Amino acid sequence: MAKLKKNVKPEVALLQKCLTGIKGLDEITGGGLPKGRPTLVCGGAGCGKTLLAMEFLVRGAIEHNEPGVYMSFEEKSEELTTNFASLGFDLNDLVSHKKLSLDYVQIERGEIEETGVYNLDGLFIRLGYAIDSIGAKRVALDTIEMLFSGFSNEIILRAELKRLFSFLKEKGVTAIVTGEQGERTLTRFGLEEYVADCVIFLSHKVSEQIATRRLRIVKYRGSVHGTNEYPFLIDEQGFSVMPISSLGLDHPASNKRVSTGIPRLDTMMEGKGYFQGSSILVTGTSGCGKSSVAAHFVDAACRRGERCLYFAFEESRTQILRNMRSIGIDLEQWVKKGLLEFRNSRPTLCGLEMHLVSMHKAIEVFNPAIIVIDPISNLVTSASENEVKSMLSRLIDFLKMKGITALCTDLTAANGSLERTEIGISSLMDTWLLLQAIEANGERNRGLYILKSRGMEHSNQIREFYLTDKGVQLRDVYVGSSGVLTGAARIAQVAREKAEKLARSQDIEQKQRNIERKKEVIEAQIAALRTGLAAEKEDLDQAIDRENLYQKVLDEETLAMAQTRKADDFVSMKKSGSKPGKRGGK
Amino acid sequence: MTGGAKKKMPDRKGKSAIETKGWQLKLYVAGQTPRSITAFDNLKLICEEHLEGKYHIEVIDLLEKPQLAKGDQILALPTLVRHLPEPITKIIGDLSNTERVLVGLDIKPLC
Repeated sequence: MAKLKKNVKPEVALLQKCLTGIKGLDEITGGGLPKGRPTLVCGGAGCGKTLLAMEFLVRGAIEHNEPGVYMSFEEKSEELTTNFASLGFDLNDLVSHKKLSLDYVQIERGEIEETGVYNLDGLFIRLGYAIDSIGAKRVALDTIEMLFSGFSNEIILRAELKRLFSFLKEKGVTAIVTGEQGERTLTRFGLEEYVADCVIFLSHKVSEQIATRRLRIVKYRGSVHGTNEYPFLIDEQGFSVMPISSLGLDHPASNKRVSTGIPRLDTMMEGKGYFQGSSILVTGTSGCGKSSVAAHFVDAACRRGERCLYFAFEESRTQILRNMRSIGIDLEQWVKKGLLEFRNSRPTLCGLEMHLVSMHKAIEVFNPAIIVIDPISNLVTSASENEVKSMLSRLIDFLKMKGITALCTDLTAANGSLERTEIGISSLMDTWLLLQAIEANGERNRGLYILKSRGMEHSNQIREFYLTDKGVQLRDVYVGSSGVLTGAARIAQVAREKAEKLARSQDIEQKQRNIERKKEVIEAQIAALRTGLAAEKEDLDQAIDRENLYQKVLDEETLAMAQTRKADDFVSMKKSGSKPGKRGGK
Repeated sequence: MTGGAKKKMPDRKGKSAIETKGWQLKLYVAGQTPRSITAFDNLKLICEEHLEGKYHIEVIDLLEKPQLAKGDQILALPTLVRHLPEPITKIIGDLSNTERVLVGLDIKPLC
């Protein structure tokens, strides 16, 4: 009861579960298979039933210390041991440590003659003995349907099967029973009639020449479970199921920012760059510099000492290194330091799920701070759009849970609308950079917009985007009456404006000079006038002086005359000082 | 005991074995149930009638020796295993159908 705290109501006897230890399966089933009950695993040939059953036992033995009995009706113990050795399971070692018991039940119709009534006590005893001898908690029967080929009396067989499952329940072992898929039924012989608690269906579909394995929980009594078809993978580490939707939208959101590696781009995003743990989409037509933006981001992260994982679906590692060197980004040093790792693969190499799982695994192993997927649009070649979308949403969920910043590039078709992604995943992304080729005047130039960037005030302006030997450079564009000007047109515009400015300043200088000259002329005139005035004034003074002199001379003469005449005037004149003008006396 | 005998027997040629040792039969049962007793009785009858003096029956109770079930690939009970003469054949059921038992044991009725 206490084990399942998640359930809201503390019921009296909740279904106990048995962790399978298989990646993903425990998530979907909400904690494993029903404990102490049989579970039916059915599916077509080669879909992984045996592996699921065996991994259940091996994981139980190794991780949960629950020994298991594997009763095989198809493969001999030695064959099983060899087959599973290639998956890294050492069955012999487990057997010698009494953690696992392998029992091969050989059924050959030709050897068996049926005479009268019988039951399958022999099988029960064998199984019971095997369980008791190692104290097994888990049992796998693979595939018990083979009994139907060995015994002709189906009535007895069905009764015995029913008894077998109740026998297993009595023993309290958690069992996996496998069954081959039938025409219209889950299993060829209707095993689902007997194993009713939990049924898992495995399928292996091939579409577009790429096979994808899927797992579905058909029923699970007494428990909620994921109902989708979950893709799963069998690789050298065994079975992994990828739950699509079991990851919730409850990942923490970081306020930390990480530089884009391009200073001007940082400036466009409040000067700080992307949010840590966010997902960034860089879209554009081919040759826009998407990979270069990614390389800058990687370079900046490595400079900070963060680990980066680069998934390349188009170029080889050395090609990327070479190309980025041409724009002045040396990624090789980070590879050598172990901060950067490339995972290059063709999208068609394997199914999408395989890609997803291998990405998961690579991420788990490498534990990067940022990852780059270049480009995601190429994955479409290996699956349908819907599948890619669901895969990416799972991947992004996973990355967000881990707080890993993801930068995905996406190639948009040249004729399509630019503001649409091939896979329609833009809504999943937090930041969307659009690189656009601006074609005008016989050139193609690159422009960069931030279409969206959740949670920050970002620049709404287009920037011109240059690839130089020192990396990506952003510049303001010219926005004129004829639209945005880039490249040569921009340079021409600059020149034009410069010329106009020069002309204007020359004009002003000219005017200034004119005024100056005018002023000089006027000043000269003023000086001339002044000179004239001064000359006139001088003349006047001279005239006055002359007049005075004349008067004086005249007076003196008059006086002298009067002296000689001894006139009264002279006497009175002498007395009163001078009244020389008294010539009236004459 | 049984294990030793089992290993020795196949070394010899089938026909000479029949002559020297006769028929080696093992009857696997689970406890003294009516069915096991029926099976044993039926077997005894058939052997007495057709193989008088040249047969050997070993009854193995798997409740006592469950580990022996694996060796002869026993699933159904009761099971009669003919170890000799070769090849090994198995007959399951309570051996009530005498004709089928004879066919299964490959015993030609005495003429």
